[in-house]
Amino acid sequence: MLTYFLSIYGTFLKIGMFTIGGGYAMIPLMEREIILRHGWLTAMEFLDIVAIAEATPGPLAINAATFIGYRLGGLGGSLLATFGVVTPSLVTLLLFGSLLIRLILDPRAERFLKGLRPALIALISVAVITLGQAALVDLPTILIAAGIFAASMIFPRLSPLYLIGAGALLGLLLYPY
Amino acid sequence: MNQSQQAAQQKKVSLFTIFLVFLKVGAFTFGGGYAMLPIIQREIVTRRKWIEENLFFDMLIVAQSLPGAVALNSAIQVGLRLRGFAGGSLAALGVIIPSFCIIYAIAAFFLPHFQDNAYIKALFYGLRPAVVALIAAAVINLGRSILDHRRSIALAAVLLAAALLLKIHPVFVLIAGGLAGLILFQEKAD
Repeated sequence: MLTYFLSIYGTFLKIGMFTIGGGYAMIPLMEREIILRHGWLTAMEFLDIVAIAEATPGPLAINAATFIGYRLGGLGGSLLATFGVVTPSLVTLLLFGSLLIRLILDPRAERFLKGLRPALIALISVAVITLGQAALVDLPTILIAAGIFAASMIFPRLSPLYLIGAGALLGLLLYPY
Repeated sequence: MNQSQQAAQQKKVSLFTIFLVFLKVGAFTFGGGYAMLPIIQREIVTRRKWIEENLFFDMLIVAQSLPGAVALNSAIQVGLRLRGFAGGSLAALGVIIPSFCIIYAIAAFFLPHFQDNAYIKALFYGLRPAVVALIAAAVINLGRSILDHRRSIALAAVLLAAALLLKIHPVFVLIAGGLAGLILFQEKAD
């Protein structure tokens, strides 16, 4: 029991540590750790949670952690997962803030980050492929994905909230009841 | 130092106000962390004049370069700047609490009653491909801004092949990318 709760905290700590540059950076890590490594969720359940996290206020990483944590261990699980994913922010900024801010502006750190970002693109691309296999299961779902992708390319400033809403609406219309 | 900053320093911002401002941003900003940044900017830089715009942009760079949610990292820096450790902690709590409460309510009280409902199933049937489309769009948008150099394109391609074919753990792909960056971008790469 204790080791289970520790592994919830540890897993989300790891996810928080390597989520650099925003919410989508977290997706490949969550997929690997939560779906593949621990088998805590299926790819479909994971996508459902990301959808809820996108449609509610707040940062994606925190929303997803709270939700997955709840699934894994109720209130305790959601508190531990949330605390895990925010620990790196709290530790780096609150405890070592001024030091790290100076380090980040070092040219070597800049070069490291310049290499890290293409890696992030590679990883999110892989996640699109694997999650796509779980979500695009028939013609309607393929059409929904294609339509929403096209819409977000044509209207880049449109809030993701509207696109999520469009997906929900199309789901209601096209679902094979 | 401009007038607004002097004013901010003369009259200390109360810890409770810092907490409330970020609580409001956390509770009412949809669309993930990046959607929160312009709202934080409007609240902190434009409306309340707590921090100068240039300093805020520096904070955003740091927020995107350190681990963790970008909105949270920005909030902590603003809080730290205004009221030190306590300010940073309360700004963090302000961002985290609404997320936690809203998601907890959905997970614990709402979904369990409706997850077998046909309409909820239909909703998620449409939401899943929508989420995949949004992530794919994020790849394209990030790619446009990041892959601006032959070396970064090559690096992304090599790492994509490695991640796809060898199933290397994302953490190692990220570290490999960073280390490659140290070597590849040594001379002034534009």
